[in-house]
Amino acid sequence: MSTLCEIRGLSVTYHGQTVPALNQIDLDIVAGERLAIIGESGSGKSTLARAMAGLLPVGAKLAGEMRWSSGQPPLPGRDLGFVFQDPSSSLNPVLTIGEQVAEGARRHLGLSWKSAYGSALKMLERVRIPQPDKAMMTFPHQLSGGQRQRVAIAAALAAKPGILIADEATSALDMVVQAEIVSLLDELVREAGMTLIFITHDIALASGFADRVAIFKDGRLVEIGPTGHVLSSPKEPYTKMLIASHRDLTTPPLIREAAP
Amino acid sequence: MTLLTIENLSKRFSSGGRAVAAVSDVSLTLEPGETLGLVGASGSGKSTLARILMRLLPADTGLIQFEGEDWLTLSGAELRRRRARMQMVFQDVLGAFNPRATVASVLDDPLRIHAIVPKAERPREIAVLLDRVGLPASYAERSIREVSGGQRQRIAIARAIATKPSLIVLDEAVSALDVSIRGKILELLVELQEERGISYLFVSHDLAVLRAVSHRIAVMETGRLVETGPMRQVIENPQSSAAKALVSAVPRLVTEPTEGPSHDV
Repeated sequence: MSTLCEIRGLSVTYHGQTVPALNQIDLDIVAGERLAIIGESGSGKSTLARAMAGLLPVGAKLAGEMRWSSGQPPLPGRDLGFVFQDPSSSLNPVLTIGEQVAEGARRHLGLSWKSAYGSALKMLERVRIPQPDKAMMTFPHQLSGGQRQRVAIAAALAAKPGILIADEATSALDMVVQAEIVSLLDELVREAGMTLIFITHDIALASGFADRVAIFKDGRLVEIGPTGHVLSSPKEPYTKMLIASHRDLTTPPLIREAAP
Repeated sequence: MTLLTIENLSKRFSSGGRAVAAVSDVSLTLEPGETLGLVGASGSGKSTLARILMRLLPADTGLIQFEGEDWLTLSGAELRRRRARMQMVFQDVLGAFNPRATVASVLDDPLRIHAIVPKAERPREIAVLLDRVGLPASYAERSIREVSGGQRQRIAIARAIATKPSLIVLDEAVSALDVSIRGKILELLVELQEERGISYLFVSHDLAVLRAVSHRIAVMETGRLVETGPMRQVIENPQSSAAKALVSAVPRLVTEPTEGPSHDV
């Protein structure tokens, strides 16, 4: 496995802030891995995603290094796809689904509109949009939240990027749709041999499919390692606390169960 | 005596010229001191049902009996007076408060409007409420915007219990909170229930949260109630396809190295 990106001493401070959002991060991203970045609000997990994608807002101060194996930062859209939490703000409300998914392939792969539409149709089939030919002609508001997120994934993958960053891409969806989208992302990334950076607050969600997990807190990288390793024998108290706070269908209830 | 009875409640919205049934012939009951978890996917109608119950939306047809009264026919001053007994806590707490408010004014409003305690005693009552939800009395002077999300949810709970309600509707009340804070808020809700006998209608898409606090669970799908039963029965032996899908969608903490996703989709 080769290293895709060596991150060394990376710090980010937003405009007008004194406390850095990201503080002295050292991290190697391995080509082809599925890396989960896990943290609570204010942990710096989204800042890391945005720094990697070159999407930091104007005025953000960046220190340290990101050394990409290709010698230059990936071009968003072509080399790197980005899926946001809220698909209704990342999709353009006045363009059809077909136009938005085709645009990436046209711009970055140099396809004609006609063949870009053809590949957009295939992408919509791949992300399992029902009746993809009809969906090509619809606008984002005509789709449900889960379907919009499928479209956003199709658009992010249209130019066949080598890296996909999903920033809380399933957090706004209900649990049933979340499970479907996670399994779809996992499948697409495996098939194409892409590198997936999966940003989430949900350690259990990540535990189901990530190769490695990186735990962030207050702008610092607390712990990183193979998923099974970190989950079964966490070293840091914060990781232990995150694992202990997780509730699923085997956690003892808080109520006394005798009927009131 | 049953605290709340909902019978054959229906509500339609029109969307693009079509009538869409948001809530369709729903009947359920809630006993004093009981938590009913109301679960369903997005668009299943669970929040619409909660909003009808809160009288934030009118129902098309159906009946609601609350504390022995015909709840849907109450209006004006009588409804305002009775609202003290049924309170609500929302997911987006900041959106539920006046952004310029201080913590004290947020808690003073219900005490004044419902004349819970005389004016001179209100500051003391505010301190008692803050203490009850685990916040220091000095928080009264802070702006609602300068407290953290978890603290703000505690203040929303303090506001809800200020009027001594018998029922609190919790609409995704912990969904926006970090996991480390979520458990503490759920513990607080259970403590308050044991201490005061409050009933909760807890609306959520997350069965793991509902499992922690619910005595019974009701499952909604496309406006209909498709399954109701004791918490363990619904989670361990779900009957409807909607309940089965919700159960299998809860992420499990996988601590062994795995191949592929853990979900059964």
